[in-house]
Amino acid sequence: MPYGRARRPMPDSEHAIIVSALVKDFPGVRAVDGLTFSVARGEIFGLVGPDGAGKTTTMRVLAGVMSPDSGSALIGGCDVVRDPEAVKRRISYMPQRFGLYEDLTVRENIRFYADLFGVRRRERDLRAARLLAACGMSQFQDRLAGKLSGGMKQKLGLVCALIHTPQVLLLDEPTNGVDPVSRREFWAMLYDLVGQGVTIVNSTAYLDEAERCHRVALMHRGRLLFCDQPGRLKQRLPGDVIAVVSPAASQLRDSLGRLPGVGSVLLIGDAVHLFVDDASRRIPEISRALESMRLPFDEVVQITPTIEDLFVNAVSERERAA
Amino acid sequence: MSARRLFALARKEMIQIRRDPRSLIVVLLMPVMLMALMGYGIGLDQTDIPLCVYDREGSQLSQDLLKRFVSNRYFSLKLNAEDYRALADAIESGRCTVGIVIPLYFSKLLNAGQPASVQAVIDATDNNTANLIIGYTQAVVARFSADVQIDYQQRRGPALGAPVLNVEARTWFNEELESRNFIVPGVVALVMAVIGTFLTSLTIAREWERGTMEQLISTPVAPLEVIAGKLIPYYVIGMVDAGSCAAISAWWFEVPFRGSLLLLFGASSLFLIGVLLLGFMISALAKTQLAASQFALLTTFLPAFLLSGFAFPIDQMPAAVRMVTRVFPARYYVTTLKSIFLKGTGAAALAVPLAAMLIFAAIVGGAAVRAFRKTLD
Ligand SMILES: Nc1ncnc2c1ncn2[C@@H]1O[C@H](COP(=O)(O)OP(=O)(O)OP(=O)(O)O)[C@@H](O)[C@H]1O
Ligand SMILES: [Mg+2]
Repeated sequence: MPYGRARRPMPDSEHAIIVSALVKDFPGVRAVDGLTFSVARGEIFGLVGPDGAGKTTTMRVLAGVMSPDSGSALIGGCDVVRDPEAVKRRISYMPQRFGLYEDLTVRENIRFYADLFGVRRRERDLRAARLLAACGMSQFQDRLAGKLSGGMKQKLGLVCALIHTPQVLLLDEPTNGVDPVSRREFWAMLYDLVGQGVTIVNSTAYLDEAERCHRVALMHRGRLLFCDQPGRLKQRLPGDVIAVVSPAASQLRDSLGRLPGVGSVLLIGDAVHLFVDDASRRIPEISRALESMRLPFDEVVQITPTIEDLFVNAVSERERAA
Repeated sequence: MSARRLFALARKEMIQIRRDPRSLIVVLLMPVMLMALMGYGIGLDQTDIPLCVYDREGSQLSQDLLKRFVSNRYFSLKLNAEDYRALADAIESGRCTVGIVIPLYFSKLLNAGQPASVQAVIDATDNNTANLIIGYTQAVVARFSADVQIDYQQRRGPALGAPVLNVEARTWFNEELESRNFIVPGVVALVMAVIGTFLTSLTIAREWERGTMEQLISTPVAPLEVIAGKLIPYYVIGMVDAGSCAAISAWWFEVPFRGSLLLLFGASSLFLIGVLLLGFMISALAKTQLAASQFALLTTFLPAFLLSGFAFPIDQMPAAVRMVTRVFPARYYVTTLKSIFLKGTGAAALAVPLAAMLIFAAIVGGAAVRAFRKTLD
């Protein structure tokens, strides 16, 4: 998809979200830099990037709570700049920072947001019961939101966001600090929504989380690196990825980076991932080099690259080019 | 404007106030504490202040004035000095706290329609007492000069050259010179100003600080609903507090209440809504609790305390400061309260201060709606 051109997109029934050439500046930093992408109806779209990539800023612009310096964004055909109130009727936004009232109980928070969106009482009670059951929180209705665990807070955020029927659900790092079980429940709820035609934009700094999305956009320093299905993104990587599993992985990192044919080096858990031009040729070379340096290692194998590999490679390539 | 959203916001706010010990203390204890502090503390009158006089003229008029000092319960005459040194000695030795010196030509000047001045020498070791004495002295002198002026006009007819005497309004309707009667209505204004501006500015700033505002402004809620939803609970609280302050003044401190309750209610509503809107505007601009509270203190508590005629009589302020008092509604509210309480003034006679409070509320309200925008930038 081309970006950088300020073309006004037409409202499109296929697309729930159309973002073009979006720019947002803060003093001294361009938080969003010519962002262009679109999200289809009923899609789970992942906005992926490290800290400071501009995810939150993008989310805020989409939610109509922050105005961009230039460019445009349409949500369900409504312009976030010209008609933010129409946008706000169509979305639910869950900010990165917990946005509910800690001194209100679970039930009171739900009721408050149901009232703001004009949800009828009967419908609200039915929905609340169903949503709370789905995330295993039925017995916590009278607990103050501030007394919930991090994971439960996030799930309550989702419950409040879904107490009305949004066309678009904007979630800013929703599973940050959430335990694996809650995370699974969270995603089950999201997949359920997509079945009902809701469009979801979900930002995350975790690349494993991104692989659950239908499509992801990788962001870095406000720019879009690329945007594709998680499976297809991996094919974009030039060369191969080799994993060296070692009890002293961090020591290996520097020595391995200097070997011929090795591009970026990335430490992931107890393994070092190496980007090489040709795996079959480099694996024996690397094993021999490690033996001669007397560095301990368990195995050297070729692996399917993860989004994380891809991301790191793309960023380092970009930085090398700059 | 949706009634449902408005009610939801007001209800949420009420729950939050109920669960926040800090605001509960301010809401429940502050009025009583301030009333007690002011009613018993600074409002407490000094009586039998040892007085010494030095009458350089010894005329009928000067003796008249001195009699007024002696004939009330605040002063008690200890020494009739023969010269200035004797008076100064009495003050320095601590035998007397205040000395009054009446100059030569005192009656001549007054009879000629010229301003004359009386010197008061005050032992200011205790600052509070000294201030009180200054107040009493000025009150006595002012009433005397008012009588002299009336006398002069009766003799000469309303001549153009009649001396403009600095008659202090304080003494006009407080025949007993009872300072508590003035302090107590002032406390009501103070309580309302603090509840109004201070608490509202904190609640909105708190929403910005805690991040709840970000989610709130992403919903279809209208700015006016947010403002009104915050206003309603604090209006109710403010009125309850004002009511209890008024009740304490009337029944506990026995401040005479001569006016209409309905008018008191209406004037208080007008003032309260104005300060509530001011609080809202401040926090819409400040966005942190610290900045909001400081700004609120500066724009309401201090004016309500210093510039309303509560702590210092407006008539005795420098002209520039007097101009400043006109900007703050506290001045009009204190005036209105005193009139309703002590004079029983009706609505028609209070049209000017009531209109001033209305204008203030309208301007600040307009600014508050403008200042509160549903964006983070
Ligand atoms: N309100 C603001 N004022 C000034 N600078 C800001 C503001 N918000 C964001 N920034 C800056 O803009 C850049 C992008 O920030 P943003 O919060 O959008 O990133 P992010 O991808 O959400 O990061 P994180 O993973 O930390 O949440 C950062 O450099 C940040 O410092
Ligand atoms: Mg962020």
